[in-house]
Amino acid sequence: MHIVVCIKQVPDSAQIRVHPVTNTIMRQGVPTIINPYDLFALEEALRLRDTYGGEVTVLTMGPPMAEDALRKALGYGADRAVLLTDRYFAGSDTLATSYALSQAIAKVGETFGTPDIVFTGKQTIDGDTAQVGPGIAKRLDLMQLTYVAKIPSIDLAAGEIKVERRCEGGTQMLQSRLPCLITMLEGTNEVRRGSLEDALYAARSQVLRWSAADAGIDDLTRCGLRGSPTVVKRVFAPTARAEKAALIDAAERNLRDLADELIAAILTRGPALEQELAFNSGE
Amino acid sequence: MSSANREAPRPASGRAGTKKELPDHFKEYRHVWVFIELERGQVHPVSFELLGEGRKLADKLGVELAGIVLGPPGETTQSAVAEAFAYGADLVYNVEAPLLADYRNEPFTKAMTDLVNAHKPEILLLGATTLGRDLAGSVATTLKTGLTADCTELDVDTDGSLAATRPTFGGSLLCTIYTLNYRPQMATVRPRVMAMPRRMDKPVGRVIRHQLSVAEDDIVTKILGFLPDSQSGKANLAYADVVVAGGLGLGAAENLQLVKDLARAIGAEHGCSRPLVQKGWLSADRQIGQTGKTIRPKLYIAAGISGAIQHRVGVEGADLIVAINTDPNAPIFDFAHLGIITDAIRFLPALTEAFTRRLSPHSRDKLAS
Repeated sequence: MHIVVCIKQVPDSAQIRVHPVTNTIMRQGVPTIINPYDLFALEEALRLRDTYGGEVTVLTMGPPMAEDALRKALGYGADRAVLLTDRYFAGSDTLATSYALSQAIAKVGETFGTPDIVFTGKQTIDGDTAQVGPGIAKRLDLMQLTYVAKIPSIDLAAGEIKVERRCEGGTQMLQSRLPCLITMLEGTNEVRRGSLEDALYAARSQVLRWSAADAGIDDLTRCGLRGSPTVVKRVFAPTARAEKAALIDAAERNLRDLADELIAAILTRGPALEQELAFNSGE
Repeated sequence: MSSANREAPRPASGRAGTKKELPDHFKEYRHVWVFIELERGQVHPVSFELLGEGRKLADKLGVELAGIVLGPPGETTQSAVAEAFAYGADLVYNVEAPLLADYRNEPFTKAMTDLVNAHKPEILLLGATTLGRDLAGSVATTLKTGLTADCTELDVDTDGSLAATRPTFGGSLLCTIYTLNYRPQMATVRPRVMAMPRRMDKPVGRVIRHQLSVAEDDIVTKILGFLPDSQSGKANLAYADVVVAGGLGLGAAENLQLVKDLARAIGAEHGCSRPLVQKGWLSADRQIGQTGKTIRPKLYIAAGISGAIQHRVGVEGADLIVAINTDPNAPIFDFAHLGIITDAIRFLPALTEAFTRRLSPHSRDKLAS
């Protein structure tokens, strides 16, 4: 089977700083990582390949430096990597991104065999929208299976797949058809450590670098800023709250007094809480 | 690459200016719609929160607010219709069909896009739940319109455009996003981000019914079964009135028990900050913050949580935030109301004990007498 995994290179959010004057993200020196949610998608794809045979192609859209993310993915054991990079893609919103990626997936399919499954992570940690996966599914007319926690079975001959999908309040057991798009839930598998062999393969491998034209995109008005119906009008830092917390200094106080003082302070600010807490505590 | 994640944010002029003119065929798009999320007989509360926001937008625009109710024929769907009116809708569009009994992407996308194409709303709001996010992406892509996900603020600009504000880069920045020359303007909002409006007893008003234009045979994905979460195991963090959470300051996974003990003593839900989920100390459904749950409790106690921006985004709606942390410079003290500078590992047992003493029936009787 052929599986395509869409990944994204993101700044490590724990280390992001905002420029205090210009309100822009200071990217210099911020390390980039593969979007952590995408690793669960990649791992699931590799497991399916190991079980059913076939190949895993990883695909990303981004600046030339996103090649690093693809090399890491090869190091985990992916067979092939495609970097979709072109200045025409700059400023893409979710609609334009899903357009470009779906065109590239179609091209990957023409070149290396039609994919049976396209994987994405649940969402990215920088954009957080969870909308690109559904966008790709709709454009390529793939069955859309989001928030998948488990893939109990695939019948390649019949083109059938069964998945467990997390939803509000429970888990749906779904049967659907290949080809499909799966957004994989986090924490659903344990991401492997790549083998030495994979590391050597990653070092030797060529990352395919495709422009918009290489991906067969001839309508550039659907890409990047021009192809994005949304417009970012204003970017600003969250305003700080005017007052800071009222602090209780704990130095050299016994814990019991301190706890009583804190509870008194809580109930002074929220007198209605006493009944609420007592009721809740089931007394 | 979300709309909020462009390589470099640009000033409002320039490219925004080139997109100002709304094509003529979109000018007839009017009114504000809220998708009423009905699953297994229950309306998700986020739908009522959105009706509250939708009401304000509709009033500013001088248009009507409609609820969109898709569900199986019968009482639960009709009671969802009635609830939409009780929470502020002027009218309801209703599609009833047996195959809308459980959520699946295909029939719901079809029902929704057909309604939009027939009745042309200018704004369409959905909850950013697993269902809402699954549906919104398909609907927006089918309609080829703009979608702003996980908004924290919605407003109407002077020219009548929807100004949708959302956090980006884990909450480090906020950006306001417009869909200037496509309709409808779509946005999703996470549960608990907006306040719950007051329910009014109102009669059922105008209901416009539609047929679903697909049959079961047209739908590829079949539901084989449904496993409900057991009541005990799964957290209902988002809607809890009291929440206690732990962070890296707890030092070790076993110290989470101190958080759970306090939570049990005061009838709270427990949660944690993102690093603890990444370390595998707690499951992802207990995570509080931008990439986890947004909470809006009456009381929130954060133990050993430094208060990174991505955590702050998820807790700012709490009425009273109490922070326990050894570091007086921790960012959590910038948005907590009450702070205590001490080691959570030592202090939590004392606090649990003090609460138990205070809340026991015996001591309450004494207080009352």
